[in-house]
Amino acid sequence: MNPSNAPERYYNYAYLDEQTKRMIRRSILKALAIPGYQVPFGSREMPVPYGWGTGGIQLTAAIIGPEDVYKCIDQGADDTTNAVSIRRFFAKVADVETTEDTGQATIIQSRHRIPEKPLKANQVMIFQVPQPEPLRGLEPRETETRAMHAYAEYGLQYVSLYESVSAYGRIATGAGYPVMIEERYLMSPSPIPKFDNPKLNDSEAVLLFGAGREKRIYAVPPHTTVRSLDFDDYPFEVQTWEQSCALCGSEDSYLDEVVLDDAGQKMFVCSDSHHCAERREAGHAGPMAGHALDQSKEPAQ
Amino acid sequence: MNAPAGRLDVEPLLRVTDLSKWYGHVLGCRDVSFELRPGEVLGVVGESGSGKTTLLNCISGKLEPSSGLVEFDTYRFGLKNVYSLSEPDRRRMQREEWGFVHQNPRDGLRMRVSGGANVAEPLMYLGQRHYGKMRQATIDWLERVELDTRRIDDKPRNFSGGMQQRIQVARNLIHGPRLVFMDEPTGGLDVSVQARLLDLLRELVRDLNLAVIIVTHDMAVARLMADRLIVMKGGHVVETGLTDQVLDDPQHPYSQLLVSSVLQI
Repeated sequence: MNPSNAPERYYNYAYLDEQTKRMIRRSILKALAIPGYQVPFGSREMPVPYGWGTGGIQLTAAIIGPEDVYKCIDQGADDTTNAVSIRRFFAKVADVETTEDTGQATIIQSRHRIPEKPLKANQVMIFQVPQPEPLRGLEPRETETRAMHAYAEYGLQYVSLYESVSAYGRIATGAGYPVMIEERYLMSPSPIPKFDNPKLNDSEAVLLFGAGREKRIYAVPPHTTVRSLDFDDYPFEVQTWEQSCALCGSEDSYLDEVVLDDAGQKMFVCSDSHHCAERREAGHAGPMAGHALDQSKEPAQ
Repeated sequence: MNAPAGRLDVEPLLRVTDLSKWYGHVLGCRDVSFELRPGEVLGVVGESGSGKTTLLNCISGKLEPSSGLVEFDTYRFGLKNVYSLSEPDRRRMQREEWGFVHQNPRDGLRMRVSGGANVAEPLMYLGQRHYGKMRQATIDWLERVELDTRRIDDKPRNFSGGMQQRIQVARNLIHGPRLVFMDEPTGGLDVSVQARLLDLLRELVRDLNLAVIIVTHDMAVARLMADRLIVMKGGHVVETGLTDQVLDDPQHPYSQLLVSSVLQI
């Protein structure tokens, strides 16, 4: 940091130029005003390929300020390649403090998970979305899905649930489980597990969704009703596990199955790495506490 | 012939007045007028390029006519010009009160979801949210169109052409429409399958007291299904009348040609 160039530092701050950030901010405001509605925006080329979080990065770049504390997770973990490089990117271009601590962060960018720790009112959650259109798998025409959203014709979405029940005897959709926002707009919650769907409802934090390739932004403002679709006789359910976290013993967090060797050994661990670490520090221990995977604890970059 | 079908003392279900459609300078169809009453089956016959499909698309709300009126007796608004309804109202009416059986089942079915889901889809559009009830209704309808209910979860591509067409028929009747459009429903099928499907359609139409507009170039289909016929040539209606009347005693030279050119064995 060089104090002599302080004024220049905040011109074209956070990688994007000022006009682009303005355009994205306008789209965000529109998205917040119409919860669940997909606002088209002029998605820019980013220094990572489509599918690596270009939508989320653009949202973050548009709203981040020097006072923010930034956290980035991928599949719940702070230490995966993609999360680390995006976090480094913003540490470099936006001069922000980064953290792994969910409670400290003001902006949390995520792919696939919402942290276990309940979000607070001063936080913004940013989701990277590969396919913003929940109806796309059933209706390939954009003109038709737009009309369906405009007239709230959402019978079609139930066809996918019907297919799932007839094939598996239950609604087997595990991630990207479609939700209704304020009983008006059908929305894809990005590929978060349906375990996290209840956290969307009446959230304290602002939830922003960005799809870079598909050029759409949508949002769920705080305290918005978010209902997961279901049938009367097949109600919405979240995933449950017979195991608890092998390292921290948590029984109510989302668990990942980790294969340990070729002999079929495996363990279940919290997908939210910070949640797990915090619990272990507080003295909680699971059946495999002290395992090699328990040792490594790298600091946030 | 079914006695109460098309009785004149009943209000018309559909009224088409002076309907014309131009594609730029090319004529699609011109000055077509007719009325259709509940339970009546109207056949539209003519050679290819005579404007049959244009007419059907105009009536079924898919293609706005250049001039003329298409009025339908809607549940919610009464007799109303289809094209004066707002788009959401028109789409809703099409979903709730109409059915459309395409010539090619691929146009009328979702090929990526199972046959059962295809049949149940209209119920979901109507707000049914109980899986068990939908499943039962689907099974009932598969039985009704004489399909093996054990194959309910097969994808449409795994069914033969005739079976796909039966799925399409079930899908278009399950929600209890009052008017069904059929565009060459037996077009791509071999003769024996065609005969059985026609038999089935005829039975369903009578049982449900459906009004049907069926477009076909096949005189045998027209003879079996239709109460009344419209004969089209070059976009114009050249003759109308009761089916037996038109086919047994055609007045217009073109109708005479059409009837006389049916192959005899």
